[in-house]
Amino acid sequence: MRDVAVVSFAQSPSVRRNRTQNEVEILMPVVSEAVERSGVPKERIGFTCSGSCDYLAGQPFAFVWGLEAIGAWPPIRESHVEADGAWALYEAWVLLQEGEIDAALVYGFGKSSPGSLRDVLAVQLDPYYYAPLWPDAVSLAALQARACLDAGKFTENDMAEVASRSRRDAMNNSNAQVAKDVPAETLLNEPYLASPLRKDDCAPISDGAAAVVLACDDLAREVSERPAWIRAIDHRVEPHALGVRDLTVSASTRIAAGKTGALNDKLDLVELLAPFSSQELILRDALGLTNGARINPSGGALAANPMMAAGLIRIGEAATRISNGEADRALAHATSGPCLQQNLVAVLEGE
Amino acid sequence: MTDPVTGFTQPVRLEYDYTPGFGRSRFLRALEQGRIQGERCPVCHKVYVGGGSGACARDGVPCDELVELPDRGVVTTFCVVNLPFAGQTIEIPYVSAAVLLDGADIPLLSLMQEVAADEVRMGMRVEAVWAPEDERKPSMDTIRYFRPTGEPDAPIDDVLRRMRDA
Amino acid sequence: MGKLPTAVVGIGQTKHDDKRTDVSIAGLVREAALRALEDAQMSFADIDAVVVGKAPDMFEGVMMPELYLADALGATGKPLLRVHTAGSVGGSTAIVAAHHVQSGVFERVLTVAFEKQSESNAMWALAPKIPFQPTLVAGAGGYFAPHIREYIRRSGAPDHIGVRVAVKDRLAALKNPYAHLHIPDISEQMVYESPMLWDPIRFLETCPSSDGACAMVLTSEKYARDDSAWIHGTAVRSEPLGMAGRDEVNPRAGVDCAADVYAQAGITEPRAQIDLMEIYVPFSWYEPMWLENLGFAPPGEGWKLTDDGTTALEGSLPVNPSGGVMSSNPIGASGMLRFAEAALQVRGMAGEHQIDGARRALGHAYGGGSQFFAMWIVGSEKP
Repeated sequence: MRDVAVVSFAQSPSVRRNRTQNEVEILMPVVSEAVERSGVPKERIGFTCSGSCDYLAGQPFAFVWGLEAIGAWPPIRESHVEADGAWALYEAWVLLQEGEIDAALVYGFGKSSPGSLRDVLAVQLDPYYYAPLWPDAVSLAALQARACLDAGKFTENDMAEVASRSRRDAMNNSNAQVAKDVPAETLLNEPYLASPLRKDDCAPISDGAAAVVLACDDLAREVSERPAWIRAIDHRVEPHALGVRDLTVSASTRIAAGKTGALNDKLDLVELLAPFSSQELILRDALGLTNGARINPSGGALAANPMMAAGLIRIGEAATRISNGEADRALAHATSGPCLQQNLVAVLEGE
Repeated sequence: MTDPVTGFTQPVRLEYDYTPGFGRSRFLRALEQGRIQGERCPVCHKVYVGGGSGACARDGVPCDELVELPDRGVVTTFCVVNLPFAGQTIEIPYVSAAVLLDGADIPLLSLMQEVAADEVRMGMRVEAVWAPEDERKPSMDTIRYFRPTGEPDAPIDDVLRRMRDA
Repeated sequence: MGKLPTAVVGIGQTKHDDKRTDVSIAGLVREAALRALEDAQMSFADIDAVVVGKAPDMFEGVMMPELYLADALGATGKPLLRVHTAGSVGGSTAIVAAHHVQSGVFERVLTVAFEKQSESNAMWALAPKIPFQPTLVAGAGGYFAPHIREYIRRSGAPDHIGVRVAVKDRLAALKNPYAHLHIPDISEQMVYESPMLWDPIRFLETCPSSDGACAMVLTSEKYARDDSAWIHGTAVRSEPLGMAGRDEVNPRAGVDCAADVYAQAGITEPRAQIDLMEIYVPFSWYEPMWLENLGFAPPGEGWKLTDDGTTALEGSLPVNPSGGVMSSNPIGASGMLRFAEAALQVRGMAGEHQIDGARRALGHAYGGGSQFFAMWIVGSEKP
């Protein structure tokens, strides 16, 4: 396998509702910054891949706007996934393995504010058996959390600890949307949003964009003092039907982690895309995290959750901390679909 | 035993708040004032008008130099629409034309009226017909449509050659 | 490392139709997937990864439907990726799947592209009402008709060319049992008399709106068989929609994409070295336009190849022997159908619409405002 590294990462500050800018205007400076800071000349970027979602925007072909933001002239080699930018990164990583190009640009963007996200996500479900019931995303996550509590996997207190820690860590992240220092006990006094989830157990609704530049081998070493090498990356999906899988474990995360060699690894930090505190606990269990790795120093999705970019941001946050020497080995994770149906795991390492 | 279910209708209703964005808002506000405002790219110097993002799609940079454009130009191409469709507000047949305003480098898509559909030509010189002042809004249909000015046609080959010069 | 040789060992498609009310969305994709697996003599269990492609989700009213389809496509426990590049998606999906094997990351990949447009309203899904703008462009035809008008002006092509393509493709479709449109008495007269929808495009010069799916199994050399097709080249190119200076009649992205795929496949004289092509022609006039864009004819002369019968089934350079997009257009699948039909031809498995001696074929797809291009060249021999 070819050595591919993250050599730059940029993101927009996540906000609840960006009333002034449209998606292109949010994305453009983020892509500019990522490309400029990478040190990779524009002509050497051999492939561009993005992630976005039409239903989030409420308009078809949302990804086309992204192309208007990046100066795609002369025509570029480009592709797009209707999913989080983390999967666009995966596609770029696969292409880079062929050895014909040395660098790629990856970005993800979306405004979750235009629609009602909880309801929009209901349209992501089996249209025959689930969607007609309109089970919104929070309720589904709540079902999963309830299953975990009943199975004794963790407690509401554990969930509140995750929420508290995440928002506190977010105070060090200038791009985070929800940052505050509130102890778990206080959070436990809040009313339920959808039992057993409280509002603080849930990610905020965010507008935002993120971009990453990947570079290979010598080019990466040339442009970065300490590239964040992607040692391994894998993603797996589970059955869609909620009754068919055990919602208290994240089987696909475990498989992906196994494929990347992360299960028995010494990890310094882990960035998990867990839009619900309960899901972080499920993921930690699936990854077998017991060795004291720092979890979500960025604050994670509970601090900011720009859909379609949030997974890419986990990779970017992990990569940044490797490049600046804070960590030597990190795991970044992204998820898609109801109740952690699909999961991506990447292991990053500094030299 | 009843017949098996072979299909059902599942209504989906989702409401979205649409944000035109800074660039388009700027353009729409000028329209409200009866002005057509283009934007020049600092890199390629082309003048964009009516676009979505206030940016140059070729260079990926914001266009901050504003250019006042006249409300007249040339039809660079068009089609005659004869097909009824959901959400249609205009009577068929109608002509939908690409109008290159004088001084712009990208055409504006607009309705043609006050001319028979089979008399519209590429190269035809046209002018905008605006909504009355008290009905103007930040919306594309503040320009109700374009109509022929009666002037001789522009040399379409030259117009198109210039327009396609990337 | 370079690209590893990659073979197309299985191909399947559904019967395309205006409403496949006999199957759910899952049923539709499985119909194609199971046929491809059967052709490949494989089962879902043999597949390492699944790559799905389709056009805007509003066509079915299901957001990110690959999640719902994971079970149906045997993707449990496997990587599943969903590509969306507008109309070219069927082609770019096949290319993303190809990269999964060419890169050495996987050995056996199932790729599926589909659209079940009857579930929702296709015209609305393509262009819903956006605030502050009047809805002027009445469907895809309304977008492309003005560019066709410019092509006709530029080339001086006679009026009947569009009609000729429309008849040619529907005649070919009569030999393709999977095609949506089977119009046994199709004639130039019938096309001329059909309603003018977006002048200069008539109803019968327009593609249908179809439900359909296409699937292929791509493998490494190890799993290839004697009757496999081999990928000789793949390329994609995109250009921005709203860029000043674009030529939408002869887009540069298409020209560059073709140059790339030809270089990979060692094609220096397309006309002589390619036996047939399956190209994305949703409105009949796009045949001559793409022939020029792809370098088969000099600018302004593509229409002559249509006119003199070169591109007919019996001609020296058949274009769309399957009947093309003009006969079946499940939008998300159409690009993959072009790629798959090209592969069927070089495997000698195109049945009644087989072109004799087909050894190398071009598959082509485009999307958006003529801004996304995906192409591949397949051959009967390993490159």
